Amino acid sequence: MKMGMESAILQCDEVTVDFDGFKAVQGMSFRLERGELRFLIGPNGAGKTTMLDVICGKVKPTVGKVLFGGKIDITRKKEHQIAELGIGRKFQTPSIFPTLTVFENLEIAMRQNRSVLAALRAKLNAEEQERIAAQLEMIGLQEKAYWRAGGLSHGEKQWLEIGMMLLQEPEILLLDEPVAGMTDNETEKTGELLRTISQTQSIVVVEHDMEFVRNFASKVTVMHEGRLLKEGSMEDVQRDDRVAEVYLGKRRDADAGRSTA
Amino acid sequence: MHKRLMSPQRLWLLAGYTAAAVALFCAPLYLSDFRLNLLAKFLAFAIVALGLDLIWGYTGILSLGHGVFFGLGGYAMAMYLKLEASGGRLPDFMDWSGLTALPWFWKPFSSFGFAFAAGILLPALLALVLGYFTFRNRIRGVYFTILTQALVIITVTLFIGQQAYTGGTNGVTGYGKLFGQSLASPETKQTLYWVTVVALIAAYVLCRFLVKSRFGKVLRAIRDGENRVRFIGYNPAVYQMVAFSISAGLAGLAGMLFVLHVGIISPSMMGIVPSIEMVLWVAIGGRGTLVGAALGAILLNSAKSVFSESYPDAWLFFMGALFVIVVVFLPKGAAGLFGQFKWLRKGRTVHEDGDGVSYPAVR
Repeated sequence: MKMGMESAILQCDEVTVDFDGFKAVQGMSFRLERGELRFLIGPNGAGKTTMLDVICGKVKPTVGKVLFGGKIDITRKKEHQIAELGIGRKFQTPSIFPTLTVFENLEIAMRQNRSVLAALRAKLNAEEQERIAAQLEMIGLQEKAYWRAGGLSHGEKQWLEIGMMLLQEPEILLLDEPVAGMTDNETEKTGELLRTISQTQSIVVVEHDMEFVRNFASKVTVMHEGRLLKEGSMEDVQRDDRVAEVYLGKRRDADAGRSTA
Repeated sequence: MHKRLMSPQRLWLLAGYTAAAVALFCAPLYLSDFRLNLLAKFLAFAIVALGLDLIWGYTGILSLGHGVFFGLGGYAMAMYLKLEASGGRLPDFMDWSGLTALPWFWKPFSSFGFAFAAGILLPALLALVLGYFTFRNRIRGVYFTILTQALVIITVTLFIGQQAYTGGTNGVTGYGKLFGQSLASPETKQTLYWVTVVALIAAYVLCRFLVKSRFGKVLRAIRDGENRVRFIGYNPAVYQMVAFSISAGLAGLAGMLFVLHVGIISPSMMGIVPSIEMVLWVAIGGRGTLVGAALGAILLNSAKSVFSESYPDAWLFFMGALFVIVVVFLPKGAAGLFGQFKWLRKGRTVHEDGDGVSYPAVR
C-alpha cells in the first residue's frame, strides 16, 4: 500500500471548496495513478467541474491538499505554474483563440519555454513544424491550418483544443465533457484517442454521455453533492444502489444521461 | 506561410513600404518649412499610435493614460534643453518661484545622454510599475482604463502644483538651441524631421518584429482569452507588463521629438483630452494593424489642421462627422479598407483575411 501511494500522479486529500457558504466539494479524496483513464460522473451540481477547477488551480480549496507527483502541493500555486508542471485543462466550451490561425493556436500551445524572452526569440524549427503538422493531421485540420480559428465549426474547435492540449504534453489531462456536441463518429474517434493517450499520460474526464463512459471507462468515480459516492469499475458502479438512487432511481443508464445533460 | 519568400503580395508590400519611405524622406523637397514642421509633429504622434496599438490593438488593453508617458518623454527632453539654454544659471521659472539651487533630480538632465535615456525609460518604468500592480492582480477591462485616467489626473495635478520644479501650468519652454544649433532654423528643422522619420521607421520595425514574433502571438492570444493563456502555462501579467512598458517607452520617445519640433511641453499636453485623442488616432486608423494606427495619427492630425485653417468656425463639426463616418461605416478603421481590397484581390476566405480586428473597445 505504501509503495502504491508513491506512484500516484495525483492525489487529492479531503478537498473542500466553500463558495461563500455553499460547499461545492466536501472532503473529496481521490487518487489518480500514472497512465490511468478515469471518468468522473455524477448528477448536475455534484462538484465534478469544481474538482477539475481545483486541480488546475482555477479554484483554491478551502481545506485539503492536492499533491502532484506525490510531493508537490499545487493548491498554493498559480494557474500558469500548475500548467507548466504538467496539468492541462480542456474546458467545457471550446476555448481556442479565435483571431489566431489554427496553426498559431497550436504553435503557442506547444510545449516550450514560456518566458517573454523565449517568446521573443522563438523560431519554428523543422522539428517543431513537423510536430505541428503531425498534430494537424491527427485532428484533421491540415486543410484549415491558416484559417482563423474563430471560423471553425464547433466540433473542429473541440478537436483543435484537444490538439493544443496534446502539444502541450501535460502529464495529466483534465477534460470537461470532451465529446459534447460531437457526432457519434467523432465521439468514437475521441474515445480511441483518449485510450491511446492514456498509455503515456494520465487523464481525468468529466462526462455525461453514459454510452461513451461505458465504452471507454476502466475506472469510474461517482460524485454526489460534493462528495465521493462510489468508485470502481463501470459494472460495480452500475450495480450500486446508491448510484442508481442519485440518478433519480429510474432506469439507470439512459436516464442518467438525460437527467444531467 | 514559412516557405513562400517572394510571393506577389510580398512584393507589393515591399513596394508599398519603399514608396512610403521615399515619400517621407523626400518630403522636404515638396513641403514648405511650416508644413514640414507640422508633418514632423504628426510623425511623432504616429510613434505614439504604434505603441498604443501594441497594447490596445494587439493585447486588448485600453490605456487612456498615454498622454502621461508622452509628457514624461517631453519633459525629459525639455529639461535638458532648458538647462542648456540657461547656461549654468537657474532656469528662469525656478528663479521666479524662489528656488535658489537646482533641485537634485534636475542635475543629471544636463547630460543629453541621460535626458534621452530617461525620456524613454522613465515612462517605461512607470508603466511597468502600474502594470505590476494592476495586471498581476487581474485588474483589466474598464477598471484598468479608469486607473490610467486616474494616473493622468494625478500626474497633471502634480506637475501643475509643483511649479518651482516643473514650470507649473506654463510647462517648460523658452529654449532654442540643440547642440548649439538653433531649433528655429530651417536646416535644423529639416534634420529633426529626418530624425523623426528614422525614429518612426525604427519604431515600426520594432513593433512589427514584436507583433510577428511568438511574443506577439501570445499577446493576441491574451486579447482573445486571457484565462486560456494561463491554462496553457503562460503568465499573462508579465506579457501585459512588457507590452505596456514598451508602449509607454515609445510614447516617451515621441514626446521627446514633439518637444524638439514644437519647443514647449506643458501639463495640458499630457492631460485627459490628448490621451483620449491618441486612442482616437488608433481607432480611426484601424487597431490591430500597425500601418493603420500610424496612418490614423497622421491623417487625423492633418485633417485637423486643414479643417481648422479652412473652416475656423466649423472644423470641430467636420472632425465629429469624420468620427461618426468611420465608426459607422468602417468598424475596422481606415485600414479595414485595405483589408477589403486585399480580400477582393486574392479571393481568400473570410477566415484567413485581413489583419484588422473588430471587437468591443473595452472588454
